[in-house]
Amino acid sequence: MRRALVAALLVLLLSGAARAERLIVSVSNHRVTVTPNYSGEELVLFGSVEKDASTPADRTAYDLVVTVMGPRADMVTRRKELTFGIWINTDYRQFLQVPSYLALFANRSFDAITSPEIARRQQIGLNNVLLMQRVSGDYADVVPNDAFRSAFIRLRTQRGLYREDAAAVTLLTPTLFRTGIPLPAEVPIGTYEVEIKLFSNGAFIGKTDTAFEIVKIGFEQFVATNARQNGLVYGLVTAAMALMTGWMASIVFRKD
Amino acid sequence: MQLYLPIADLPVNVFLVLAMGAAVGFVSGMFGIGGGFLMTPLLIFIGITPAVAVASVASHIAASSFSGALTYWRRRAIDPALASVLLCGGVTGTALGVWTFTQLRALGQLDLMIALSYVVLLGTVGSLMFSEGLRALMRTRRGAVPPRRAHNWIHGLPLKMRFKRSKIYLSVIPIVIVGVVIGFIGAVMGIGGGFILVPIMIYLLRVPTSTVIGTSMILTLVTMLFATMLHAVTNHLVDAVLALILMVGGVTGAQFGARAGQKIRGEQLRLLLGLLILSVGVRFAVELVIRPEDLFTIRELGVSG
Repeated sequence: MRRALVAALLVLLLSGAARAERLIVSVSNHRVTVTPNYSGEELVLFGSVEKDASTPADRTAYDLVVTVMGPRADMVTRRKELTFGIWINTDYRQFLQVPSYLALFANRSFDAITSPEIARRQQIGLNNVLLMQRVSGDYADVVPNDAFRSAFIRLRTQRGLYREDAAAVTLLTPTLFRTGIPLPAEVPIGTYEVEIKLFSNGAFIGKTDTAFEIVKIGFEQFVATNARQNGLVYGLVTAAMALMTGWMASIVFRKD
Repeated sequence: MQLYLPIADLPVNVFLVLAMGAAVGFVSGMFGIGGGFLMTPLLIFIGITPAVAVASVASHIAASSFSGALTYWRRRAIDPALASVLLCGGVTGTALGVWTFTQLRALGQLDLMIALSYVVLLGTVGSLMFSEGLRALMRTRRGAVPPRRAHNWIHGLPLKMRFKRSKIYLSVIPIVIVGVVIGFIGAVMGIGGGFILVPIMIYLLRVPTSTVIGTSMILTLVTMLFATMLHAVTNHLVDAVLALILMVGGVTGAQFGARAGQKIRGEQLRLLLGLLILSVGVRFAVELVIRPEDLFTIRELGVSG
C-alpha cells in the first residue's frame, strides 16, 4: 500500500518535472454575439509561458502554434466534369466531422518550428490537420495533395473559414504572446475550441486549451432557427404572409 | 442597404432585390403570368443557391397569384369546378415534385436538373410562342382570318364533365394530367407554370379566354402555397425574408405592368414573351456548356455540436 503510494507520488513528481512550463491563456471574449449587421470581428488571445525551477536553463526561445476549431460537421465536396458536352457533378467525397472553422496560427513558419514528423503528429499546418474522409466505405485521411482535400481547403479558405498564418502570433516578450482570431461574417455558430501548443528547439513541450462560443442573435437568426426547428409553423407563417401581401395589394391597387 | 438573408446565408442589397421583384412583377403583370420563370433564374444569377431560390420563389408566386385571383374572382372570371379538378392533379404533382427535389438534392444533381429543365422547357415553350406570335403577326399583316380551331382527340376521352362557367363539356382525365404536370414542374423549377398552363388550356382544352387566366391563377396559387409548405417542412429552404421583399416588389410592379400590357397588341405581346422565355433558356444553356470557374463545390450536411 505504502509502496504504491510512493510510486504514485514519484510518477506525479516526474511528470511535473517533465512539463516544466505552464501555459496560461485567455481569450478577450468567451461569448461572441453575432448581430445581423455583424461584418466580422477579431478575438484576441493572450497567453504567457510560466517557467518553474525545473525548466532547463538553456530553454529560452519558445514557439507557439494556436489552433482554433469551430463546431464539427459533415461536408460533401463534389467535382464537376464535362459529360456529354455539359458540366455535371460526377465524383464526390464525404468529409466526416470536420471543423466548420479552422485557423492555425504560429509565430514563425511551421517548418522552422518543428520537424515534419512532429508537425504531422501534432497536426501543425493545414496540410497536417486530420480531415477524415469516407472513400467508398473506408474511413481515412488522404495525402495532402489529394484533389478533393486540397479543393476542400481552398474553398473553405476562400470563404475565410479556414486559414493558416505563420506570422499571426506575436511574442511580446520571450514568454508573453498574443494572437488575433479573425471571425468573418459567416462564422458558424457553436463552440470553438482553441488549442495552444508550445515548442522549444523543435521539440513539443506541452499544450493547453480554452474555448469560446459564438451565438447569433437578432431577427435573422430567429427566422433561421425556426425554419430549421419548426418547419411546419414556419411554412404556415410564410404561406399566410404570401396571402396577406397578395390581399393587401389587391385592396391598395383596386381600380374603383 | 445590406440585409442578411437568414436561409440563403448571404448578404444582399434590399433595393436590388426589391427592384428585381418590381421588374419581374412588371413583366408578369404585362403578360398575365406569374413570373417565376424569370424570378428564380435572376435569384440564381445574383448568387442564391438554386435550391433556396426555387423554394422561396414559390411563396412569392403565391402572393402575386392571390392578388390576381382576387381581382378575377370579383369579375366572376374563375371557373370553380374546373379549378377543383385541376387542383386534384396539381396537389399530387406538387407533392411528387418536392419529393423529387429532395432526392435530387441528396444526389447532388439538383442544380443540374434545374438548369436542364429550364433549358428544355423554356427553349421549347419560348420557340413555340415566338414562332406562333410571328405567324400571327404575319397573318394580321396580310389580313387573313385565323383558322377556325376544330375539336381534337382530347374531346373524345371518357369521364366527361360539364363546366358551367366555362361553358365546356370535357373529360377530367386531361385536366388532372395537366394539373399534375404543372404542379410537378412548378415545385422542381420554382415557377408557377402560368406561361405553359394558359396556352395548354386555350389550345388543348379549349377553355374560353374569359375564364382561363383566373382559373389558372387558382391552380398556381394553391400549388405554390402547398409547395411553400412542403419545401419548408422537408428541406427548410424557404427564405421568408427574401420572399417578403420579392412579394412587395412583385405585387407593385405587376400593377404597372398590367396597365402597360393593355397598350400592346396580343400578337406582339406573345412575340415578346416568347423571346423573353427563349433568352432565359439560352442563358441556362450557356451556363451548362461553359467551363465553371470552380469545378469543386462544398455542401454542409448540417452542423452537430
